Amino acid sequence: MSTAWTIPTGTHAAVLGLGVDRGKRVVPNSELVAAIDSSDEWIQQRSGIRERRWVGPDEDLVTMSLAASQAALAASSVEAAQIDAVIVATCTWTMQTPSLAAKLAYLLGTQAPAAFDISAACAGFCHAVGIANDMVRSGTARYVLVVGAELLSEMTSRTDRGTAFIFGDGAGAVVIGPSDVPGIGPVVWGSDGEQFDAIRQSVDWRDVLAEEEPTMPYIAMDGATVFRWAAYQMAKVAQETLDRTGIRVEEIDLFVPHQANMRIIDAMARAMKLPEHVRIARDIADQGNTSAASIPLALARMYADGEAKSGDLALLIAFGAGLSYAAQVVRVP
Amino acid sequence: MASTEEIRTDLADIVNEVTGIPAADVQLEKSFTDDLDVDSLSMVEVVVAAEEKFDVRIPDDQVKNLKTVGDAVSYIEKAQAA
Repeated sequence: MSTAWTIPTGTHAAVLGLGVDRGKRVVPNSELVAAIDSSDEWIQQRSGIRERRWVGPDEDLVTMSLAASQAALAASSVEAAQIDAVIVATCTWTMQTPSLAAKLAYLLGTQAPAAFDISAACAGFCHAVGIANDMVRSGTARYVLVVGAELLSEMTSRTDRGTAFIFGDGAGAVVIGPSDVPGIGPVVWGSDGEQFDAIRQSVDWRDVLAEEEPTMPYIAMDGATVFRWAAYQMAKVAQETLDRTGIRVEEIDLFVPHQANMRIIDAMARAMKLPEHVRIARDIADQGNTSAASIPLALARMYADGEAKSGDLALLIAFGAGLSYAAQVVRVP
Repeated sequence: MASTEEIRTDLADIVNEVTGIPAADVQLEKSFTDDLDVDSLSMVEVVVAAEEKFDVRIPDDQVKNLKTVGDAVSYIEKAQAA
């Protein structure tokens, strides 16, 4: 029998560098309250959000992704030409095809790497980190650029009381590459399609086109259902992730959950019985929920605020439409 | 089997723990939203804690029918009897 196949040899993988870009326009609650007959206090009580970042006039998904990616490459000391794969997690790239990843790979000056987008909504970043980890470990790529990028202000209904104040715009990127020691733990991920409608695009594109005056669909959500699933089921997933990684909750330094709603973050932290010393990401207060971009954006803020330092162990957990989720422990760069 | 008053008292403690509302205010005729100002997310936390405390299942589609404290207590009584 022929044994001509070449099987690449693997290594450990780690997150080598992080870069982010936030929408430049600061949008306080006061700008949104009239359209939903609400108040700053009402919004803060239900979400913990004081203001959010939306894109300014010269910004879009491409500019934010590019800026975040360039910053991540610089932080990693990895050249664009060394990137073997670009994975973008997004649910707001409005081209059905081609992918944002292919465009981004070209704009970065990479050497024609594998490039593709994944659709796992708010859970997308941790899915992509899991895939990139496996790619580096198995030897199918040496350096992988993982990007979470969203332009949610375009897909937000200004008059839907449940969601008008939730979402923000931004991008976050990490470079994942080889490491002498394990830097990314096993991913724990899954989905619950029985709750397919709990978070969704309001109208299918096909039905949008059938409207007399077509309007952009928006992200719709059954808030109480999502809250219950996220706050309680995700706390169990977080524990399972620690168990699979083989570490105890006392050993983590940072808890960086998807920034969906401050109330979810608080309820998860209570359900997980997080020790006092674990710093909890709370970027949502000034950024809003940026779906696939929220975890890298939240981690960047923790560095800026002096809460995170190189070598810290962070538990990442992302969850959203699908419903879908993914979590892993990483050593932060 | 716990009495109606015992269930109300335990439920009042849960509402107090989640929202800080004095347990004594949590009376059968009180509306969660209109009288006690319990918002939809706090209601979820109350329901999840009640499920654990009373060993019953309160699905999402039932929660919206629990308008008053009395509604919740009688739902729990029926669920425990089932």
